[in-house]
Amino acid sequence: MLVWILFLLCQVGAPALAQDLCQRDAPNGYKVRISLKTALGEDAYEWNQSEMFFFQATMAFAMRRHFQMETYNVDNIILCVQTSRVSFWFVVTSPDNTTMLIPKADVEKAVRMSRHRINNAFLLSDRTLEFLGIYPTLAAPVNPDTPPWLIVFGVVIGAVCAGIIALLVSSLLQKRRKEKGMTEDGQDEEDMQVKGVENGINLDGTYNRGFTDDDRFTKL
Amino acid sequence: MRLQLPNPGLEDRILSHEELDKLETEEAGSGDRPKWDNKTQYMLTCVGFCVGLGNVWRFPYLCQSHGGGAFMIPFLILLVLEGVPLLHLEFAIGQRLRKGSLGVWSTIHPYLAGVGIASMFVSLMISLYYNTIMAWVMWYLFNSFQETLPWSQCPLNYNLTGLVSECEQSSPVDYFWYRETLNSTPDIGENGGLQWWMVLCLVSAWAVLYICIIRGIETTGKAVYVTSTLPYVVLSIFLIRGLTLKGSLSGVVFLFTPNLTELTNPTTWLDAGAQVFYSFSIAFGGLISFSSYNSVHNNCEQDAVIISAVNGFTSVYAATVIYTIIGFRATERFDNCLGGNILVLLNTFDLPEGNVTESNYDQVLQSLNGTHPEVIQGLNLKTCDLNTFLSEGVEGTGLAFIVFTEAITKMPASPVWSVLFFIMLFCLGLSSMFGNIEGVLVPLQDLGVFPKSWPKESTTGITCVLCCIVGLIFVQGSGNYWLSLFDSYGGSIPLLIIAFCEMVGVVYLYGIDRFNDDIEFMIGHKPNLFWQITWRFVSPAIMLVIFVFYFITKVTETLLYKTWNPESENFPTLEEKPYPAWIYVIIFILAGIPSLAVPGTALFRCLWRKRDRKSEQQELKTVSDQMDMNDKAQDGKSRT
Repeated sequence: MLVWILFLLCQVGAPALAQDLCQRDAPNGYKVRISLKTALGEDAYEWNQSEMFFFQATMAFAMRRHFQMETYNVDNIILCVQTSRVSFWFVVTSPDNTTMLIPKADVEKAVRMSRHRINNAFLLSDRTLEFLGIYPTLAAPVNPDTPPWLIVFGVVIGAVCAGIIALLVSSLLQKRRKEKGMTEDGQDEEDMQVKGVENGINLDGTYNRGFTDDDRFTKL
Repeated sequence: MRLQLPNPGLEDRILSHEELDKLETEEAGSGDRPKWDNKTQYMLTCVGFCVGLGNVWRFPYLCQSHGGGAFMIPFLILLVLEGVPLLHLEFAIGQRLRKGSLGVWSTIHPYLAGVGIASMFVSLMISLYYNTIMAWVMWYLFNSFQETLPWSQCPLNYNLTGLVSECEQSSPVDYFWYRETLNSTPDIGENGGLQWWMVLCLVSAWAVLYICIIRGIETTGKAVYVTSTLPYVVLSIFLIRGLTLKGSLSGVVFLFTPNLTELTNPTTWLDAGAQVFYSFSIAFGGLISFSSYNSVHNNCEQDAVIISAVNGFTSVYAATVIYTIIGFRATERFDNCLGGNILVLLNTFDLPEGNVTESNYDQVLQSLNGTHPEVIQGLNLKTCDLNTFLSEGVEGTGLAFIVFTEAITKMPASPVWSVLFFIMLFCLGLSSMFGNIEGVLVPLQDLGVFPKSWPKESTTGITCVLCCIVGLIFVQGSGNYWLSLFDSYGGSIPLLIIAFCEMVGVVYLYGIDRFNDDIEFMIGHKPNLFWQITWRFVSPAIMLVIFVFYFITKVTETLLYKTWNPESENFPTLEEKPYPAWIYVIIFILAGIPSLAVPGTALFRCLWRKRDRKSEQQELKTVSDQMDMNDKAQDGKSRT
């Protein structure tokens, strides 16, 4: 009889004890805030008891994944203080002893490890599924070997230098062509003088002294 | 009323109308003087010179801060009374005398050569710092070829635990501009050393400029087909994109909402006058050079009117485009501010999402304040006002590199818009640089600094290299402060003096009668009454008024400059510091030397002439001198 009364008391007392473990600002608990409308807009699903059950299951999965040896169950995740914001508190009890809470630090490690999976389970992100107190890890920056701007700079400077060299070479060639043209004209003039141009008529042949008019001096 | 100052020997120095006509028919292809391939090149070059960065980042700010649509009234009035006459004057005198700025003023009167020298100094100083702005634009352009723009997010700090604190306190765009681009020191005295990435960008800016001006207007004329037309294409693309963004119309409405009471404020008129003046790039000497390569009978009156109209239209058009994007940014900021406040309320009071929206925010806040005043107080909610965000009036480099880049990061496909925007800025600046450099190169040639036998490529090359080296001042850590110093003092007061002297020189020394005859010879009809009145009285008077006010303002204001100091209390607001004492010397050099070159050269020439006259008189006294002259005459005859 007494055993039976004790058993009844345990059945009644257990949830009451659980309620004592989980409360607002519990030392080993975390507050979760969910923003469905911000994340999904019109596709937002309704947050109801089934979703709460899903959350418990996800958290149990996270705890199992972190601790590996211990088998956590849905009953080990206790939820309380639900609001219409959709926010609530939760604590995690140990699978061996339901009155003992898992310390905050361990829960944090478990959550961090599986954060990506938890987010995806609910179609949410770090910003819309918040564990208050657990800051999301920042994405490692992608550092390319050469900064991209240097590549563009190289291309531009290469093109400009090629253009400058091309223009300088072309003007040099033009100048040389002009100079060549001028010296050829000069040579033509000199040849004309040597050949004896008089009155613009080209006199070919040698000058015969026999026909010089030197009678001027010997006239008697 | 025809005041004409005595100007002996003018006839000897200038070509007469018959000689000009002969030159026109004979030259055709030959001759030393370069010529435009066609009228389009000339017009595009002038438009490119006039339309510059000021149209994009100075005019919209002035418009918005001086009463929006009402600012158009002083702007248009002064455009017509001040801008068009000055432009026509420069075009006509360049076309008539067929020389660069130094040649033109020395021809009008040898004592006026100082005006040309002052123009050269001013063009040189402006070229130095203007190309640094081009280097900044190129840096941003190079950095735009990435999927995530580097100024869209803060970098992580050293041990990857959080964001860099300087960036967190200010914003990613501020951090990218002041730290990763400029690497700004907190004081002008600390020079911070040369920033190697900016040196590379400066070299590339000068290299691109060199390739465009390598053979003078032969190459410039081809480059302007792209650099003068591309900005309009990009502005139109941005307009279409901007109008489809949320909140753009509120920006345009804000810009153009007239506030007629601003018209009674004299600063409005002064700022309008100064904007018209600086926007037309008058007194640089570049426009005189460009029009001297025209044929003698080119219709310079029509050109002046067209270019003024294009410049005015571009200012208004660019302002509209800029403010669609600013409206979008302000709306985005307002939405974020309000959204943040709403989230805080939801979280604190655990209300379901969607209970508090933008429309009932004020009501809900009031009712909550009634029930839980202490809690509301503790939340420190920000006040969100769209007009405050819109009137975060920014101009200059702040607009281009901070405000606009931030807006671009919020648009989808940001790298494309970023590339387009910075290519547009680059083309706008490059086409202005063509005119600036022309105003430096042609006087240098006229002064005979380079031997005549050197090819054009080497003279332009040497000038570019030297300017690049001097421009290294502006790529140090404190370079930004030096640049604003040069901008405020080197490019303002001397230009006003030069423009005033130009008008007085042409109208009263060259003679308005002779000028009218010249224009009748060139374009076929005498300039009408409007030109007469503006050239003789109105425009010089406006110049004088603007100069006096500017001078008084600059001299009486306490010299402060804004610095980026992460250590300061009000960070990220820029800290205002007074200039150190030795800066006053620099300011005097920047503003004083070009201004003093005008009277200084006149004095110098006057003394030189007196010396020459004395020695001439001494020579003619001896008879043997006369004998020598006769022998020389005989020698000359025997050679024919």
